[in-house]
Amino acid sequence: MPNATFFLISLVKCGVVLFVLLTLVAYIQLAERKIVGRMQSRVGPTRVGPFGLLQPAADAIKFILKEDITPDSAHKFLYLLSPALSATLSMLAITVIPIGGGTVRLFGQNTPMQITDINVGLLFILGVTSLGVYGIVLAGWSSNSKYSLLGSLRGASQMVSYELALGLALIGPIILAGSLSLRHIVEAQQHYWFIVPQFLAFLIYLTAAFAETNRIPFDLPEAEGELGAGYHTEYSAMKFALFFLAEYINMITVSCVATLVFLGGWHGPVFGPALLRAILPLVWFVLKVCFFLFLYIWVRGTLPRFRYDQLMAFGWKVLVPLALGNILVTSLIVGLLA
Amino acid sequence: MPNNYVPALLFALIALLIPLGTLLLFRLVRPSRPFAAKSLPYECGIDPVGGSRHRFSVRYFLIAILFVLFDVETLFLLPWAIQFKHLGMFGLGEMVVFLGMLILGYFWLVQNGALELE
Repeated sequence: MPNATFFLISLVKCGVVLFVLLTLVAYIQLAERKIVGRMQSRVGPTRVGPFGLLQPAADAIKFILKEDITPDSAHKFLYLLSPALSATLSMLAITVIPIGGGTVRLFGQNTPMQITDINVGLLFILGVTSLGVYGIVLAGWSSNSKYSLLGSLRGASQMVSYELALGLALIGPIILAGSLSLRHIVEAQQHYWFIVPQFLAFLIYLTAAFAETNRIPFDLPEAEGELGAGYHTEYSAMKFALFFLAEYINMITVSCVATLVFLGGWHGPVFGPALLRAILPLVWFVLKVCFFLFLYIWVRGTLPRFRYDQLMAFGWKVLVPLALGNILVTSLIVGLLA
Repeated sequence: MPNNYVPALLFALIALLIPLGTLLLFRLVRPSRPFAAKSLPYECGIDPVGGSRHRFSVRYFLIAILFVLFDVETLFLLPWAIQFKHLGMFGLGEMVVFLGMLILGYFWLVQNGALELE
């Protein structure tokens, strides 16, 4: 039976995770503006604070103080609910992500370095992130605007199509690890990272992940050229900020899963004195996640957008058959070797 | 262990309270001056033409149905993938039959143009 200490530990861990997550979101978007700026021969934000480092705070204040417009024709309750739902569901996926192999001592008890260690962690993440479609669909429908509805329809069908490839691409590593617990999957990669035997699955996962998070080159729901801003055309101020938050948290989740499943999580060369040994796994993990986040920004600064029919054809006719083939080949090799 | 799900529930509660809290709390400092033109749905600055409850392409519906079909397949693959090393070649044979039928169905769909969007 969980006692008071257990709740206290959980509460502290939730607080730490939320603080890190929200700060990270604030600074990824600053990094994105800086890096994309450099890629386009601009300097990005520089005015607020040294090197523009206080820009996220200025943005937050602006989000808070701006008028929040609700269109007369909108469905009031769902219009309010959908951004909150998007943000909540995106945060939920972080619950099971472990950031290190060991345990930390909190209030005299050893506790794993994640909010909770569920033995179906990967399934939990897949389930929660697929619920994210509801935020988009409800937002588009409740706004009662043409652009929003079209954007949400596109968004929903894009997300469900690529979720398929995403789920199928993860089967290969699961066969190799024999577990759905993210901790076990990382421990199974002690000798070699799964990106080596599962390189095709990694590429499929990466592509599908970009589509799942609605990022360039798959940001068709937002297609500013034709749909205003897609499903969040009618959203302003804090409600827009929540969609924004959800998108960036989803990016972090997807990067963490890619790191844990394909890049060996916190595994990396460990050396030096005891303190350094304790910190290095965390450093490797953070560096790998940052690499994926940089990749997102890099791709955004580089690639143009797909056309909608190309996007759907690519998902269904290239990624899904490739992922199925990968499962067959992987299981055949593992079965013959065993 | 159901105990492992208690922190997840706790985090879910906090994660729900933060967005709703910020939306409701900052209502106190936010201006609210709606007028008729501001509350219209956005349509590039001109008055909206027609309603937004249009008919839309049946392809979206088809995609949704296909998604359910293949997502259930993924769901069946997960427990098999975990136990695969213990099931050996028997497990592989069973799954090849299961996947084979679905792949046949997939090619039938492609042949009949279910995945063509125009």
